[in-house]
Order: sequence, then C-alpha cells, then structure tokens
Amino acid sequence: MAKRRLVLTFPPEVVERPVVATLVKEFDVLTNILRAQVQEGEVGRMLVELEAEPSAIRAAMRYLEELGVIVEDAIKDIDMNDELCIDCGACTAVCLPRALKIEPPEWKIELDKERCILCGFCVDACPLKIISVRF
Amino acid sequence: MAKTIEEINERIKKGEAVVLTADEMTRFVREEGAAQASKKVDVVTTGTFGPMCSSGAFINLGHSDPPMKMHRVWLNDVPVCADLAAVDIYIGATALSDTEGMNYGGGHLIEDLLKGKWLRLKASAIPTDCYPRREIQTYINLESVNEAFLFNPRNAYQNYVCATNGSDRTLYTYMGVLIPGYGNVTYSSAGALSPLLNDPYYRTIGVGTRVFLGGAPGYVAWHGTQHRPSVERTPRGVPVGPGGTLSLIADMKKMSHEFIRAARFHRYGVSLYVGIGVPIPILDEEMASFTGVGDDEIYTYIYDYSEPTRSRKPLKKVSYAELHSGNVEIMGKKAITAPISSIRMAKRIAQVLRDWIKSGEFLLTEPVQKLPTEGTLNTLEIRDRGEG
Repeated sequence: MAKRRLVLTFPPEVVERPVVATLVKEFDVLTNILRAQVQEGEVGRMLVELEAEPSAIRAAMRYLEELGVIVEDAIKDIDMNDELCIDCGACTAVCLPRALKIEPPEWKIELDKERCILCGFCVDACPLKIISVRF
Repeated sequence: MAKTIEEINERIKKGEAVVLTADEMTRFVREEGAAQASKKVDVVTTGTFGPMCSSGAFINLGHSDPPMKMHRVWLNDVPVCADLAAVDIYIGATALSDTEGMNYGGGHLIEDLLKGKWLRLKASAIPTDCYPRREIQTYINLESVNEAFLFNPRNAYQNYVCATNGSDRTLYTYMGVLIPGYGNVTYSSAGALSPLLNDPYYRTIGVGTRVFLGGAPGYVAWHGTQHRPSVERTPRGVPVGPGGTLSLIADMKKMSHEFIRAARFHRYGVSLYVGIGVPIPILDEEMASFTGVGDDEIYTYIYDYSEPTRSRKPLKKVSYAELHSGNVEIMGKKAITAPISSIRMAKRIAQVLRDWIKSGEFLLTEPVQKLPTEGTLNTLEIRDRGEG
C-alpha cells in the first residue's frame, strides 16, 4: 500500500459529480478528505490523501485528469521564507499535526511538508507573515 | 576572591577576559561549581529576542523652510506622537496605520528606517509667528533625520507568564494564537539566557549599564515600567512570573534590522521584536551561581487568557525545562507548548556580545544607580471623583 497527498482542483462542471465516491468504489482507493472548499457552480479545491496499491493510485489520478481535475502534489503548497524567519516558534503553537516544530538545542523552525494538512493556521499565527499556504 | 568591574575591564582591554554565554555558563557551573567558575570566568553574556510592545523611537526630523511646529504627524499613514518641540516625534511600536490598520504600524516604521527605506511624512500645524508653516508632505529616512534613538520604556522582562485558552473559541492575543480547550500553551522568555534572570536581585544591572540593543551599544536608562521586584521568588531568588523590567536606549543609526523586527499579531496588532543582550560581570561566587541558573530552575505560571480579567488565577506552575519539552499536561490534557520569543536569536545575541567583549571593543560599565529591589504595582481603579 502507498499513500499520496494531493490537491485537487475541480472545474465547476465537475464539482457536481460524485468523484470521491468513484475513487473509492471503482478504483479501490481509500480517500481521506483533509480539507475541502467545494461550492456548486464554482471552482472546487480539495486536499486528499489517497491510500492504495501504487498502480491503483496511478489509475485513479488518470481518471481524475481525464475528468478535467487538476491534480497536484500537496507538498508544494506551503511556503515559508526561511531567510526572513526569526525562529520565534509562534507558528508551532497552532500546528496540531506537528508539521512545524521547534526544538532544542538548535531552536530552528523545521517544516515537515509530509505532515502538513495545509490548514493555514500558521499563516495567521506567524508574527512576521512569511508563511503562505496555497490550497 | 572578589573582582571589580575595573579589573575585568583591564582584562578585556588586554584580550585576556574569559567570556561565556549564559547557556555555556550554566553548563560550566554545573560541571565545575560556582566557586571554580567565579575564578575562571570574567563575564557572562545574556540575550533575548522577543516581542516588546513598550518600545519606540525618538526622532528629530530637522526643520523645514519656512519652519513648522508640527501638531499632527503621520509616517506612511501611521500616526506618531508629535506633542513635543517643533520637529521632535516619538514613534510608538504599536501605533496602527490609518489606511492599513493592523497590517502596518509603528514597528514597521522602525524596521523600515533601519532598512534604509524612505518614509512618507505628512504633518499639519496651527501656524504661529515663529512657525508659520501649516502643512508639509515629504520623505525622510534614517540618514536624512537628525537624532534617531530607540527609547523603550519596558523591555527585557524578568520572566513572564504562559498563556492558554480554556474557552471554546480561538483567541488571538499578544501571546499568539491560542487554541480552544487548552489546546496549546505559549511562553515568551529566553529563560536561562534572559538578562534579568541571570542577575535576579539587580546586583550588577542598573542605570547606566552598557548593553546590546538592536545590534548597537546602548544603555539601561532607568528601571522599566511595571518593574515589580517584590514578587514570589525561588530559593535562589529567581522571580516566578513577571518581575523586573528595563528601560533601554540606543542610537538607531548604529543598529541592524537583523535585531529589530516588526511583528503583526493576528487580530491583536503590531509589535516589535527587540534584540537585547546584557553583560554580567562575575564579581564573585554569588554572581557565578546566579548566572549558572538553568531552565529547570526557572518557573512560571500558566494563565487562561479566555478570562480577560486582572485577577485571573494561575492554572499551573511549570519550569522552562518542561515548556521546552514540547508539551505540558494541563487540565488533564496534553497541550503543545510553543515559544513566542526566539531562543535561537537570544543565543545569537549572547554570542555577538561575547565576541564584542572578547575583541576589546565593548567594555563594561559600573551602574550609576541601582534598580529598585522592592516594590509592586498599582492598579487603575474606576473612581467617581479625584479624591480618596
């Protein structure tokens, strides 16, 4: 079994179709929706984690792309300006999945993009406003 | 054997002084003992880099022609205090922009000046015979103005409280974003690196002590506002929670924007991260013992910030060693702990100050007046009349 975290962008005409159900039913892919912004008639965005055999995930991604869904790896969507960071730690206070951590003895912010669910809490929590999350 | 500051300065000038950062000193004292450390170490350098709202800059803008007694003044649309002589102003760190609100403020003006940026100056006045000008619009920068110095009424808090949130909604505070249901605990002290925690009874830090402020040499001008020495202390004298404070002054033209950074606390407002380092002369065994303090010996209290009252009760006492572990149990629940002040930068400042002293360019000063060692805070009561 493999896991893959993706950001899916749905064109308005696809938003109304039962895409996630199809992934589960037809492709045998466990689909965990971590975050979603979907409204009828608008472009929809969804952060999902797919869990299945690698070949099944590939087939599911092909299916999505054929529907017109833009499929991107989720890890590209959080960005932190390391050069401007003062390593205060305020962002780590709100990071429940512990993607942002600060620890002794270095006391430097470490960002583990694999753990990030792109919730965006750190964007508000950063006093220097140097984190951006595009979801 | 006791040393004097004069003797230590002689050793600094000869390049013989032994200077350790506060975290190095903690390890040294634990390994060798305070008696031995007092013989071997001359100076311990401390550091802190946290948001300090009670900060600001005095600036003399220079006179225009014809001259003007500025009454209302804005820099980049941020109102600044002009209630002084004609062209003296004070930029308060927390002032907010008239046009951008909490997104830009006094802290940003100070950082932008240090970066060499031009600021848009707008001022109005009531004309007088000696100052006929009514309005002005121009640009200034750090080079174009006369004096520019930070004069911060309250910096370098000797310890501080921790914040948590027992309510069911997210709180946006100067202690960061607090997650509902005791989801996190934030703290804002450099702990064992912090200046006043290494000299708990202000034996060496006093009015006139030369310090590092924002990358420049500066001075302790006075005890800071809300200086509160009469607080609960550990057997070694370390305040449990907020204690003493310092009022600091230094020339902005010698500062670096690496050590002074504007901050925006979401839905709270603008503040300023201020970098401070204070050298502590190891005069005797007691000073060695004080500077040997570790994060496991410094305690503070956690408060529920969802109770916006002066009389809220502490939930729990914790040590900085516990806070540094990444989580702490509160109300039967494991909560994330997170610093708001930068411990990495605090260490860096202690190292820079150590290097300044080692190179002989920074000598220690004898305080000209002691900070108060007793005293507590008054409160602001709602009165019907000005008597009683």
